[in-house]
Amino acid sequence: MDFPPLFRAVIRWTITVFGLVAWWQIYRHLAAISIWLTYAAGLSRGSSLGVAVEFFVFEVPKVMLLLILVVFAVGVVRTFFTPERTRRLLTGQSESVGNILAALLGIVTPFCSCSAVPLFIGFVTAGVPLGVTFSFLVSAPMVNEVALVLLLGMFGWKVAALYLSTGLAVAIVAGWTLGKLRLERYVEPWVYENATASNVAAGAELPSMTWYARVQSGFAAVREIVGRVWLYVVLGIAVGAGIHGYVPENFMASIMGRSTWWSVPLAVAFGVPMYSNAAGVIPIVQALLGKGAALGTVLAFMMSVIGLSLPEAIILRQVLKPRLIALFFGVVASGILLVGYLFNLVL
Amino acid sequence: MKKIQILGTGCAKCQKLAAVADEAAKALGAPYELQKITDLKQIMSFKVMTTPALVVDGVVRLSGRVPTIEEATQLVG
Repeated sequence: MDFPPLFRAVIRWTITVFGLVAWWQIYRHLAAISIWLTYAAGLSRGSSLGVAVEFFVFEVPKVMLLLILVVFAVGVVRTFFTPERTRRLLTGQSESVGNILAALLGIVTPFCSCSAVPLFIGFVTAGVPLGVTFSFLVSAPMVNEVALVLLLGMFGWKVAALYLSTGLAVAIVAGWTLGKLRLERYVEPWVYENATASNVAAGAELPSMTWYARVQSGFAAVREIVGRVWLYVVLGIAVGAGIHGYVPENFMASIMGRSTWWSVPLAVAFGVPMYSNAAGVIPIVQALLGKGAALGTVLAFMMSVIGLSLPEAIILRQVLKPRLIALFFGVVASGILLVGYLFNLVL
Repeated sequence: MKKIQILGTGCAKCQKLAAVADEAAKALGAPYELQKITDLKQIMSFKVMTTPALVVDGVVRLSGRVPTIEEATQLVG
């Protein structure tokens, strides 16, 4: 049967709205549902297992729902941005404005770590200043929506907002600093040999999309991203649930609490070579926070793991000389260190 | 003969694009040659900023994502 286009559009929109309403209703009643489920299964209130299971049953659907919603929303937003467009927006910008813009664009521009190098070359040869390109390269992997949603869902909006603002700050300041150091001579020369005027490949510019296509992109993003990370999320929550129910508070306070000055550098030192996606590092974050680690230390650790990694250094070696890679990592790691200390002091 | 080139440094998406492009080309029936390009300098010579990218007879048809088989069939055909 071939329905007229208007009819089909109405159906799609009805389904979308219905989906959102259903999401909202489930979300609202989660606490009640999880309590009911846990204790209907016969567990006694207040027991360690009861507390742990209730936490788990509440948190898993809650975080999954948030994740689906936010990944969908960001997926739709991303259809308005392409790397080519971002590059055009950044070319010829002055340093400071460019750094801020690059960091912000890093959040919304679709970015796959395997394209880090082509992207870097594309930006630099089109005239985007090196420092501005670095701001983008720091912000894109680190300030990502999965990390933000997980932080929001599991630790509250304040922690998420903190991560967002400090992540951007690190990206902006690190990029600006690196720009000021005039490090162009440490970029592999062959990169600049590829310089051409406008590198827009045929067909690479997105034609303007219909809203339906954008919504489809959103759904595709959900399938891809949530499909990849859901297991880590569930594991992370399971770890959190165990800690919630069983581990006494302040267990970690002596090692990673605020009073130890070396906890932040240690966290960053551990985090830099490690690589994980945002969802994978959350179990560790849960465990550390739950056992009394200071928030600043944990944030610093999370940023170092997601934002910098050994695999990334290896990939960047193709376009940057070792000294520049070292400087890049050093400046970003210092920024993260400052963030860690700052929050341990302030909070 | 149709020349299909997949540009990518070897991550999962690049493999997927190669598989999808291969499927699409087979479905079309005409003789074709599929080549995977992983060398960065060669990739850059096509002027793409996002990998994976699909190049058909020297023209970049798609870059930055993996298309569905239907889309791929249209791009390759």
